[in-house]
Amino acid sequence: MAKLMKNPYRTQKIAFSLLILATLLIVVPVGLIIVIIIQKGLPAINWQFISDIPRQGMRSGGIFPAIIGTFYLVTGAIIFALPIGLLAAIYLSEYAKDNLLTRLVKLAIVNLAGVPSVVYGLFGLALFVVFFKFGASILSGSLTLGIMILPIIITTSREALESIPQSFREVSLSLGASKWQTIRHIVLPNAIPGILTGTILGLGRAAGETAPILFTVAAFYLPQLPNSIFDQAMALPYHLYVISTQVPNVDEKIRYGTALVLLALVLFMNLVAIIIRYRFRKKKKW
Amino acid sequence: MRRFKEFIIEKLILVCGVASIFFVVLIFLFLAKEGLAVIKTVSPFKFLFGKSWYPISEPAQLGILPLILGSLLVTLGAAIISVPIGVGCAIYIAEIAPVKLKEILKAGIEMLAAIPSVVLGFIGMITLAPLVKNIFHLPTGLTALSGSIMLAFMAMPTIVSIAEDALYSVPKNYKEGAFALGATHWQTIWRVMLPAASSGIVAAVMLGIGRVIGETMAVMMITGNAAVIPKSIFVPVRTLTATIAAEMGEAVVGSEHYFALFAIGIVLFVISFAINVTADLFLHKRQ
Repeated sequence: MAKLMKNPYRTQKIAFSLLILATLLIVVPVGLIIVIIIQKGLPAINWQFISDIPRQGMRSGGIFPAIIGTFYLVTGAIIFALPIGLLAAIYLSEYAKDNLLTRLVKLAIVNLAGVPSVVYGLFGLALFVVFFKFGASILSGSLTLGIMILPIIITTSREALESIPQSFREVSLSLGASKWQTIRHIVLPNAIPGILTGTILGLGRAAGETAPILFTVAAFYLPQLPNSIFDQAMALPYHLYVISTQVPNVDEKIRYGTALVLLALVLFMNLVAIIIRYRFRKKKKW
Repeated sequence: MRRFKEFIIEKLILVCGVASIFFVVLIFLFLAKEGLAVIKTVSPFKFLFGKSWYPISEPAQLGILPLILGSLLVTLGAAIISVPIGVGCAIYIAEIAPVKLKEILKAGIEMLAAIPSVVLGFIGMITLAPLVKNIFHLPTGLTALSGSIMLAFMAMPTIVSIAEDALYSVPKNYKEGAFALGATHWQTIWRVMLPAASSGIVAAVMLGIGRVIGETMAVMMITGNAAVIPKSIFVPVRTLTATIAAEMGEAVVGSEHYFALFAIGIVLFVISFAINVTADLFLHKRQ
């Protein structure tokens, strides 16, 4: 080792090779995971799989109710989280002064982002299911997921709002616009791509999480579609969990197919978010 | 009239602004409301350090030490795997990779962070677990080791992106100064960049570990779920999170089992709170 250290260029070569190795150790397994799921899941995907209800104790048929359930949950979560998250982001970027309250708000956001997903599940159970008596329902699940994705929406929206140059606001104010008019007509329109990115990332996260919906909404097996927000529903991630651990002898094809649909849904949303952000950064007018 | 409208809107913005504090307090209150009732059955000391978890036997034994040790073991394993790989990858992305590759790698890492944990659990169950079983000649592949490997992949995106951020924000003239003194690129990274970014990297590692401790689905699917004190990394274990997820479905609302699971929730909440506050301090030290 001492001898090696004497030649800094050889040390550098060894060190850089190790760094490349570290990168490959992340990239290759991830690539493999995605390739395996696509390769083994694709044969299961057909119109019937997407549009049919599960049959024979989930050993055949399709995953339509799970897709619809996830769609309802995600929509509900975003209806709840987007307005609150956006207004909170406006507060932090436009109104908050550098004081203790702001510091506490930021700390609270960091903590909300770090609360384990299963703890959100417990919270949803205690507050929405038991205390408010919503029962295990789409409403309870959506609200739980909504609170969970709040930090994502706040952080990304705030970043978008803060990237708008101060001069935009000053011009608008100097023309006699009020603070809210400035935010409404100058700041918000320019920040829309960033807000959209945050929203889509939040949607993706809500679609993929299982633990928060375990006790607040998820139905083990429900061959019909929910009729109201007070009904239980199936959901894609929970369905994948159920058919891979709770139901014996499910055809591997169906498991992989379900995993593929879920993975494709979530990765597609993230890809869209990444593309919007990338183009937004490139096209910035300032 | 417009004045009034703006007044309402600004008040609404203020309310939403502090909503995050409200939700954190609300989460804690409701965990406490349900969880603290467990004291009626078992003392806090016996709850945390009791060696057996048999929640439905008569009388119920509610000691979560095996679960705490299970979580610690899996987390330690995941940290040993993910910290060197994650920090290494962060250095590669921040310092060495060409610009194009850098963008692709960063998007790729973000994608990894987005893969739902139930999907990782599923793929780990049918590919990784048999592999671990065969390599180490174990009776089952659903062990703490498999859990650690899978969880390492969930910690890596957090570690990579925050550590990369920390390296990126080291002032340029530090690096130029080192180069001007004749240091090689690696010497600059090792002696200048890493020390300068150290508090950000510590925060990255802590937040990665926080993600691992709180992870539920993947860990429940591949660690084998045996609530006994683990003697090695090659045996099945059960973590705090998996216990809640696996047992809450059967626990009767208002039973001591139900209260005990919420008490585990309090433990998890306190751990994640401590980790996040400390990591936040480290992140702000940097600025």
